[in-house]
This record gives sequence, structure tokens and C-alpha cells, in this order.
Amino acid sequence: MAKTIQEINEKIKKGEAVVLTAEEIIDFVAEEGVKKAAQKVDVVTTGTFGPMCSSGAYFNVGHTRPRIKLGGGKVHLNDVPAYAGLAAADFYLGATALPEEDPRNSVFPGRFEYGGAHVIEDLVAGKDVRLAVQAYGTDCYPRKKLETWISLKEMNETVLFNPRNAYQNYNVAVNLSDKVIYTYMGMLMPKLGNANYSSAGQLSPLLNDPEYRTIGVGTRIFLGGGVGYVVWNGTQHNPTVLRGDNHVPHRPAGTLAVLGDLKGMGAHWLRGASLIGYGCTLAVGIGVPIPILDEEVLRATSVKDSEIVAPIVDYSQAYPQLESDILGEVTYAQLRNGTIELRGKKIPTGGFSSYFKAREIALLLKSWIKEGKFILTEAVVTLPDSKSGVSFKPFKERPLQ
Amino acid sequence: MPKRKLLLTFPNNLIDQPITYHLVKDYDLELNILRARITPKEEGRLIVELNGKKEKLNLGEEYLKGLGVRVEPLALDIAFYEDRCTQCTACSGVCRSGAISVDRKEMKIIFEKDKCIACELCVTVCPFRAVEITF
Repeated sequence: MAKTIQEINEKIKKGEAVVLTAEEIIDFVAEEGVKKAAQKVDVVTTGTFGPMCSSGAYFNVGHTRPRIKLGGGKVHLNDVPAYAGLAAADFYLGATALPEEDPRNSVFPGRFEYGGAHVIEDLVAGKDVRLAVQAYGTDCYPRKKLETWISLKEMNETVLFNPRNAYQNYNVAVNLSDKVIYTYMGMLMPKLGNANYSSAGQLSPLLNDPEYRTIGVGTRIFLGGGVGYVVWNGTQHNPTVLRGDNHVPHRPAGTLAVLGDLKGMGAHWLRGASLIGYGCTLAVGIGVPIPILDEEVLRATSVKDSEIVAPIVDYSQAYPQLESDILGEVTYAQLRNGTIELRGKKIPTGGFSSYFKAREIALLLKSWIKEGKFILTEAVVTLPDSKSGVSFKPFKERPLQ
Repeated sequence: MPKRKLLLTFPNNLIDQPITYHLVKDYDLELNILRARITPKEEGRLIVELNGKKEKLNLGEEYLKGLGVRVEPLALDIAFYEDRCTQCTACSGVCRSGAISVDRKEMKIIFEKDKCIACELCVTVCPFRAVEITF
């Protein structure tokens, strides 16, 4: 018997909804079977927490007296440059932005100790940050310089707006070369010394709704400890990759663009991260509720780590040179167990996505829904699925004459 | 035989003395140097693992202290800030000493300081600065 989101919401409001996490549903389905479980369960909650570079926030700081035009000028927060190509009092701060003074990789490997992501974490933690503005001055915005302390609560809009988060599956990174390399997947030791992965696997939002049947534009989510929304597919959304019989992609596939008010979020769920030799990034916590509309939606949420496959990619050659070679495939059950085998070698694994925090998020979202504090929304536009024909285009260079 | 992992700090006047030689020769201690750093005209620092009979270990430590060498258990200089750790487990793939492991059920980091050899690989890879080793 199919259910509607409206019916599920009625149950949530009455405190009668049956909610399980994407981890708990696995055993539940094994015991009850798909048919019964689909009748009994109303919502399955997912979670993920990991570095997501395509993240940032836009702000409106109000107007100084006399007025100053940030747009077209220079804006820095704690020395980290923000993008000021917007209106007079708006700017966007990206997670990977670095102070001009940061040595970057000129002293290799760079440490990247403080960047845009750390500013966002500081703001969410309630700290004061230094806002410095240089403007060119106009008749209506005469002021040219501003240096002040500012905090989140003093600003108007403070909106986390991440163009690409919550990757549906990801590469396992290894290093075939004979020297250490520093990547966005961490430090990779020579000759298959370690293997790093970054997905919450069976807890990860899009792996539990592989064809985006319920997750779409307008889906209300847990974002950074507060409430946010899916606002579009993420950049590089690539639904037409190789998939298994369970429709779960074997390669990095779908992504989400998400948005939410920073003021309701917590620094526990939005953390600035420094990746040696690579740069700064923001670790973001996201949880997506999946309404159990029918058996097919339920079956997809019962996917387990041993059924989710990830590709192993060499980050010393294949990745930087954009070669499509894949060294092998492993499951998240193997990855999370601590060792994988490749070319006869046992390789220790390390995660970049925190399964521990993913589980915390799924449990927290479950409690919000059970307490009637979090009502589900219906997607207003669906995301391109595996039959959409949408694929991710490589860059085509057209050299200048 | 019991093992002890120690951080030895040599004052400036002892830097040119063959002190570890006496630990081997006079106290019959097996000595494994894990890390060493000498700042000329200031001090020398040594992380060693000593292996030997308990009384010999005690006598060896007394000998060092008598000379003016500061003797500290290594674990004191390793700080694991659990509040900063996100349990991502990035460190577990590079730790070769067995000090960092993962409780696979909870997916939580277990940090056993007594197994740490202060190689600092975890300090290098931790994106959240959750480990600090002062050497």
C-alpha cells in the first residue's frame, strides 16, 4: 500500500510516525521482509559528515553610515578574501578561500591552517571576526574604507549555500608512485601504502535513494546542525554512470546543492578542515529524510555496505592526468573494516567521511521527526536520474589563435 | 622484559657526552632510538625505548637523572583532543605503530599513547588538528 508524504506528515504531527535510520532499517527489513517493513515504517533517516569543498555562505551586513559599496570592492573576513561582485552590502565567502599572505604550497607541503571554512566555523561558533572593506566610493556610497568586528547575529541574511555536497559514492584514493603525495583525499603513502575513502556508505543520503525518487528540489534536510533545503542538483551531478542491479552507482554520481540559515547551525556540524599540501575545506553534516512511499523506496533504503561498490583510483597518475583507469573495486564493508587487498597487497584504509558523525546525524534527525519538530516536504522538481541522459562533460580546451 | 618509552632532555653541557653508550654498557639495557633532535648550545631531545630488567631500568633512569638529564614518560607529550576529532579515521590508515586503531562497531578512534612512537604522521594528516605532539 502506497503512502503519501501528506499522510506521513499527519503521523509525524501526531507523534505516531515510525522512523528508523538507514542503518537500523537493514536489520528491520531482514527480520520483517520488504512488504511488512514498507507498511510499518514511515521515514528512514540518512546522514553524512565529511569535507565538501564546494561550500560557502553569502551574507548581508547592512549599511554603514555613511554608506559603503562592497560590490566591486575588496572584502576580507579575518584576512580571508570574500567574493564581492554582488550588491552594496552582500558578499559570498567560499570554504577554500585563503588569505593572500598564506604561503600555499610554496613551502611544500603547505599547511593551509586558516581559510574560508574556518571563518564559517568561527562565525557559527558565535565568535567575532574582523571585516575589512576597501571600496572605490560613489556619490551614493561615499565611504572607501571599513574595518570592524562583526558576528553572525549582527548580520542580516547569513546563508550557507553549497553548490556541490553529499556526493553519491566516491573514489578510493591510492598512490602507485614511489613518493608520498598530498591530495584532497589526504596524504597517500607510496606503493599502495594506504587507501583513503570518503562516503558514509549505507548511511549516505543519495545511496539510499539511488534514483532520486524522493530527494529533489525543495526537500527539507538536516544541514550543519540546523534546517536546510535541497535547492538544485549539485554541480558535476552525473547520474548516468555505471550502476549495479540495485541501481546504486559504482562511481561518483549524483550530488546536491543545498542551502540553509547559518544562524540555526552549530560548529559541531560545520568544521573548517586543513588538508596538508592541498588546501582548506569545510566538513559539512547533512541528513536527508526519506519518506517510505512504497516498497521500492523502502528496498533502496535497506542497502548495506557490502552491496555498495567504490572504484579504486591512482592519485599519482590516473587522477591528475584525467585518465579513466580504475585499479579495482571494493565494497564499503571492506573499506570500513580497515584493510583492502589490491595486487596481492593488504592496504590499510582511512576515512575522510566520519561514519560516527553520519550515524549521529541520522539519529538526531530521527529524534527531530519523532518529536514532531521536523516535517517532511515534497520535492517540487526531481533531480536528473539514470535515464535522463545528463552526464558530466570533460573540459574541452579551445586554444586561442 | 619490561619496556619503557621515554623522552630524555639533555642540558647543553651534556650534549657531547656518550651517555646512551653507558646505558647499554653499564646497565645492560637494549636501547632503540625513535627520534632525536639536538639544538646546539641549547639542548638535546631523545625519544628512546628501553628494554631490560626492571631493576636495571630503574638504575639506568637514576643514572640519567643523576647527570641532570630530564626523564619523562613519552605519553605526556602527546595530546589527543577528542573534542576536535570528528572520528573521520584519516589517521588510522597512516599510523604504523598501532597506537591509533578504530573501534569498528562504533567507528570511533582508539588512541593508545603508550604504543605511540611520536612519528607525527597523524599530526600531519589530521584535517582538524586533533593531535599535538610536542618534541
